[in-house]
Parts: sequence; structure tokens; C-alpha cells
Amino acid sequence: MTILHIDHLSKRFGKFQALNDVSLSIKKGEIFGFIGPNGAGKSTTIRILLGILKPTSGSASIFGLDVWKESVEIHKRIAYVPGDANLWPNLTGGEVIDLFLKLRGSYNPQNKQELIEKFQLDPTKKCRTYSKGNRQKVALVAAFASDAELFILDEPTSGLDPLMERVFQECVLKAKAEGKSVLLSSHILSEVERLCDRVAIIRQGEIIESGSLDDMRHLTRTNLIVETIEPLNGIRGIHGVHEVKETEKGTSLQVDTEALNEVIKKVSTLGIIRLESTPPTLEDLFMRHYEGTGSDSR
Amino acid sequence: MSHKPFHQTGSLVKFYLRTDLFRILIWIFSITVLTLLTGWAFEDLYPSEIERLAIAETMKNPAMTAMVGPGYGLDHYTTGAMMAHQMLLFTAILAAVMTILLTARHTRGDEEDGRSEMIGSLPVGRLAPLTSVLIVIGFSQFLLAIALGTGLSVLGLDTSASFLYGAAVGGTGLFFAGMTALFAQLAESSRGTTGFAFLILGLSYIVRAVGDVSNESLSWFSPLGWTLKTEVYVNNFVTPLLLLIFGSIILTAAAFSLLFKRDLGTGMLPTKPGRRYAPQSLLSPLGLAFRLLRTSIIVWGFALMAIGASYGSVLGDLESFFASNDMLSNMVDPASGLTLTEQFVSMLMAIMSMMAAIPALMFFFKLKSEENKNRTENLYARAVSRQKVFMSYIAVAAIFGSFMMVIATVSLWGASVPVMDDPMSFSTVALSGVVYLPAIWVMIGLGALFTGLKPGITGIAWGYLIYSFLVVYLGGLLQLPEWPGKLSPFGHVPQIPGEEISYLSLLILTVIAAVLIVAGLKFYQSRDLSG
Repeated sequence: MTILHIDHLSKRFGKFQALNDVSLSIKKGEIFGFIGPNGAGKSTTIRILLGILKPTSGSASIFGLDVWKESVEIHKRIAYVPGDANLWPNLTGGEVIDLFLKLRGSYNPQNKQELIEKFQLDPTKKCRTYSKGNRQKVALVAAFASDAELFILDEPTSGLDPLMERVFQECVLKAKAEGKSVLLSSHILSEVERLCDRVAIIRQGEIIESGSLDDMRHLTRTNLIVETIEPLNGIRGIHGVHEVKETEKGTSLQVDTEALNEVIKKVSTLGIIRLESTPPTLEDLFMRHYEGTGSDSR
Repeated sequence: MSHKPFHQTGSLVKFYLRTDLFRILIWIFSITVLTLLTGWAFEDLYPSEIERLAIAETMKNPAMTAMVGPGYGLDHYTTGAMMAHQMLLFTAILAAVMTILLTARHTRGDEEDGRSEMIGSLPVGRLAPLTSVLIVIGFSQFLLAIALGTGLSVLGLDTSASFLYGAAVGGTGLFFAGMTALFAQLAESSRGTTGFAFLILGLSYIVRAVGDVSNESLSWFSPLGWTLKTEVYVNNFVTPLLLLIFGSIILTAAAFSLLFKRDLGTGMLPTKPGRRYAPQSLLSPLGLAFRLLRTSIIVWGFALMAIGASYGSVLGDLESFFASNDMLSNMVDPASGLTLTEQFVSMLMAIMSMMAAIPALMFFFKLKSEENKNRTENLYARAVSRQKVFMSYIAVAAIFGSFMMVIATVSLWGASVPVMDDPMSFSTVALSGVVYLPAIWVMIGLGALFTGLKPGITGIAWGYLIYSFLVVYLGGLLQLPEWPGKLSPFGHVPQIPGEEISYLSLLILTVIAAVLIVAGLKFYQSRDLSG
């Protein structure tokens, strides 16, 4: 069942094309990663989903409702965490959490209390005294204490320490276990790799790659480290072999999936001492899309 | 390092001068220009002895005494005596605000933001930063005193008295610099520091006001009382000035002894924890809007009350004063069959309604500043419609904008009753004030329209208010034709007493306000929000 659907969405700010023909969809119970550098269009997409910006063309819907026209109805069933929580300096964290939960709708007060303890937040302090990480915690507690069906998280962990990052990941996985859906925009790739079922990569306002991590890996190269008794000659000549380098551990190379069979056949004739194979990380995938283009910021 | 507590003070003085010189010069320039313009205006408005004595009569009432202090030399009310009476206290308070902000910024403010730690990690004496801050601020108050003294002498006032005037202002600044330095050691945050210092400043003002009205000796317990006890231009007492300077030395010494003992980043006054849970009253867009504007509403309420009371308190001696002043009597129409006072009241109501329009607009424009600070996103990402938030700010602006006008009107009437031989009836005064409410609502409507269209152009609403002020206020003064006034909502309000009340024009103004608000809302609902 599709929870969120974006259909040929474009957004223009004056002459600047912020989004160009973006389409994606999120299914129920899925954690969807949305990755790209700063200024690529992640936040613009999310703000359209929240009904704060109006699409120039195309459409987006959540729970089958139009995100611009029926935003209030939708927002009763979602929770949002911004990348930079701007809170009111003279309200306390506790007051802001209560306000956010009340404005959204129903929630469980006991969940709230547990989350405040888990995130080690002091809710009696004024927001002006909070560090960036503490302000994020306020937004995270308000989001996860709610009974939302969809979580929209826009770089939610910026400023959190590694321990709190782990607490965050637990919260996301718990939400998933309860059958809820998550849109996680991030540039912390290890986080996305750990949590997400499917991923879309956005660059300069366009989706350039999307699918499950397995699918995406399949389309790319495997890293191999090989050490053989006889010298490893002729391997460079095979079509689909890249980046052959001599290292202390042996020869390191990258192999396209379709060339893998041929490479292994060749290597096995040379007497294998060591053979290590690692799948490409999300970072490898990501960097391949950005190599040469640099990350341009808006 | 501890045996050289003042090491590198000289370099730090240069450093603080570099960072703050511009800010200090702006303060000194503004305070001096304001003082000199007032002095010049006094010379211009009341050129003759008779006019000065007439204004002195209007000053002889408790409301005036509470507000600006007791007048010295009212029997021989020279321009100097006028300055000392009407301007000295106000100017000294400005100097105190200046030193409180500057001192807090470089003491607790630097400590809070971690700058003190950076400086402390360098080979710098433990007391050097505070010493150099106070040297710079002392220097700024010295400059201020010289600037005021020189300027007032140039205006033609007695030279040595003018320098005493400057010194009394600078001395007050020094006293509150010492006070702030002390609170910077006690409080745990820079907001706490300025908060305590402003609290003492406010208390000093109240103690002095109560003392000046009821019991003179009570005023000796207030530093602002000392400022006025110099009785500049009349008696020129120096002892109170010495008290200010001596006080600032004691406060500074106390600050140093505390600084020497405590750890960086700690305070001595306990900070009480804030609320763990939100009160029910906060949990709606309207509740939030009110909470965010609460302090501002209170401050503006007191300001409008003071303005109303000061206008009301001069009404008693108005007739004789008008008789002596051509410029003001030009503003009223002798043919109307009303007393000068009655005509003057409707004029005052126009002015006060435009003053009340300032907070009304500011309250509504909070919506815009919330958007600029990316905080409306917090609401719109939840189940809150744009209409609800927009109308919440409209409600706060309309209710409390109207409240400002009402409070000014009531306090004008309240202050006028004891001073008038033949007091005006409450219903007349109330009606003459209340008829201006629809004009204030039109201003809010205009603010709403611009906020809906494009937040960048909201300045036009301020421009229109300034225009209204110029045509309605100066229009009477300069006897301009009628049509420029008719381009302002304030020019369409019936002037009570005097004119017949026109329900039609009030209704039309109210309808215009409503249309503007609805149009603003429609635009607001269909535009992109910046946050």
C-alpha cells in the first residue's frame, strides 16, 4: 500500500529550478532514505510535502490526500522533525514538547516521559540555553511520542552525539516494527545504510537513482582484494575491471557485476592465497554519482 | 599567573575599544543629539519668560513629578531649569541602559558564549578582562559627560552647570556599570545579568517617583534620586554626583572580590528551573501568540498609560498656557464654541490613537518575524491551518491594540480629574477616544494585507502610519488643506467633543479593516512560506 506518492513534481523559485520532475513513492511499513548533498532539493521536497511550499507543477499526496489542499488532515497523522529545530527562546523544552504534541493531536504521555529520559533531555530549561543537539532532541521527543503513521525526518540527527544517534535509530526501528513508515532525509550515509529499505539519491533537483540498496549494489561494482601465488597479470585486460592497485594486502580492484564470473575464473587458475570481497558501500554509490560534478550548494 | 591579576590589561583595553568603539560612539552621539535638540526646541518653543512660567504651571502636579522628578526653580523656569527638570532623568536612564547593555555583553555575555575562556587561556591576568571592560566603559561615560557639557554650553547655557549636567548623566551610567559588573558575578546567564540590572533601574525609578511625590527623604535611597538631587542649573549640588561615583566604586570592588573567588561559568544566585509541562493556556496558536507577545503587551500598556497620564495632567492649566502660546492656539478653532481644553482633548486622542497603532501593528507583524525565524514551520508541520494562526495574530493585535487606546484614554481622564477646576465627564472622554478604534483596525488590516502579499513590503504600513501622523498632527499645526488628512483613516474619525458622532464613517472604516484582513488572509493562504 502506498502511503506517500510524489508525481512529476517541479518547483521553481524565480529563475532557480529547485526541483525538476521528481517522482517517488513510499509504501506502508517502509523506511525510505532520501540522500543528497546540501542544496540538492531534499528540504524543498519535504516542505512541499508539508504544504509550506506550493508545487510549480506536478503533485504529491500522502494517505491519498493532496499535500497542499488537505495539509491539516494529513498532519494529524504525520510527525515531522526538521534538520534545524528553531524553537522559542523563552519557552522551556517541556512546554514546547507539550505544545507540539497538542497541536498535532493525540499522544501517549507515558511515551513522552520515557523518550525524555532516553534522550537525556532536561525539559525545565529554556530553549535559549539548549545546544543544537538538545533542540533536536526536543523535536525528536515530540515526534516519537506521537502516534503518527508517517514520520518525515529531515536530517534529524545533526548535532546529536553517537549515543543519542543510537537512541534515534532504535526509535526509528521501533516505529517500523509497529508498521509505521519513515521518510529519512540525511547525508549521514552509514545511518541510511543501516536503517533504510529503499533509497533515492537526489542531485540538483533531480532524482538520479532510486531503489533498494541491494538493487543499487547489483548495478555497481564489487571491491575485491586478491593475493595469488603466480603474478596477477592480464587482469587489467578484462573488460569491466577498474582501479587495479597494488596494496600491502594484495591487489585491490573493482569489478562490474557482469565481469565477476570471468575475473574469478582467471584468478582461480593462479593459486589463490587470499580473496576478500566487499559489497560497495552506499558511500561508494553516492560518490560515483557525484564524482566530477562536485557538490554545488544553492 | 594569579600573582599578576592585571597582566595585559592595556592590550585588552585596546581590544575592547576596537570591538565596541563604534557602538559606544553611536550611543554617545544619539544621547547628545537628543539632549541638544530638546534644549534647542525649548528655546524655540518658549522664547519668553511668560511662556516659560506658563509651562511651569502645567508642570506643578503630582503626575509630572512622579514621571520626571520634582521641578527645581519653577518660579524662575529658565531653559536650563527646564532641561534639568524634563530631560535629566530621562537622559540619565538612557546612559544607564547603555552601560548595562555594554557591561553585560563583555562580562557574563562573553563568559556565556565561551569568549572569556578563549581570552583566559592566553597569558592574561585573572582580573584583567573585567578591569579593561570597566576602563572602556568609564571612558565612554567620561566622553558622554564632556559631549553633553560642551553641547549644552554651546546652546548658551551656563558652562559649569552644563558640565555638571553631563557628569550627572555619566555618573549614573558609571553607577549602573558597577551594578551590572556585580550582577555579572552573581547571575548565571547574560539575560539574568541584564534582567537584574534593569530590575534595579526600574526599582530606582519607582522609589524616586514615590519619594518625590510623598516623602523627599525616600528619594535619597534611589541612585536616580541622586541624579536629580544635583539640582543642575538651579543649585548645582556636587555631593549627589560624588555619591554616584563612590557607589560605583564600591559596586566594582564587590564585583572584583567575587570574581576572584568564583569559577568561570558559575553564578551565585540560584536559577530556578522552568516549567516541566506547558500550562493549558499555551496549547493553541492563540495561546502561543499571546505568550510570545506578553512582555511586549505589558511594556506597551505601561507606556501608553504614562503617555495618557502625562497629557491628562497638563489639562488643568491649559487655558492660561494657550493664551500665552501662539503656536498652539493656532491649532484650535476659536469659532467652535468649545473650550480650548475640549478641542485639545480630541487632538490628543488622534495622537494617542496613532501611538496605540504602533504596538497594534507590531503585535501583528510578530507573525512575519516568526516566519523569518523559521518558527511558523513548527506550527504548519502539525495539524494547524494557516487561517487559524493568521487570525490568532489578528485577534491579539486587534484586542490589545484597542486595549492600548483604551488604557491611554482612561489614564488621560484619570490624571485630568484632580487638576481641572471643572473636570470633563468620563463618558465624553471615553467616547472621544473609542471612536479612534476603527482607524487602528484599518492599520492592522493594512499590515495583514502586506503580510499576505509579501512580507518584504510590510514597511509600507509603517510609512502610511508616519504619513497619517504628519498630516493629522502637523496638518492642524500648519493649517494644511483638508484633503491630505482624508487619505488617512485617522482623518475620517469624528472629533469628539465638538463634532457630531458619525456612525456611518466608523462603520465604513470597520468594513474596510475587515475587507483588508480577509484579503490578507486569502493571499497568505496561497503563498509559499519561507519557514
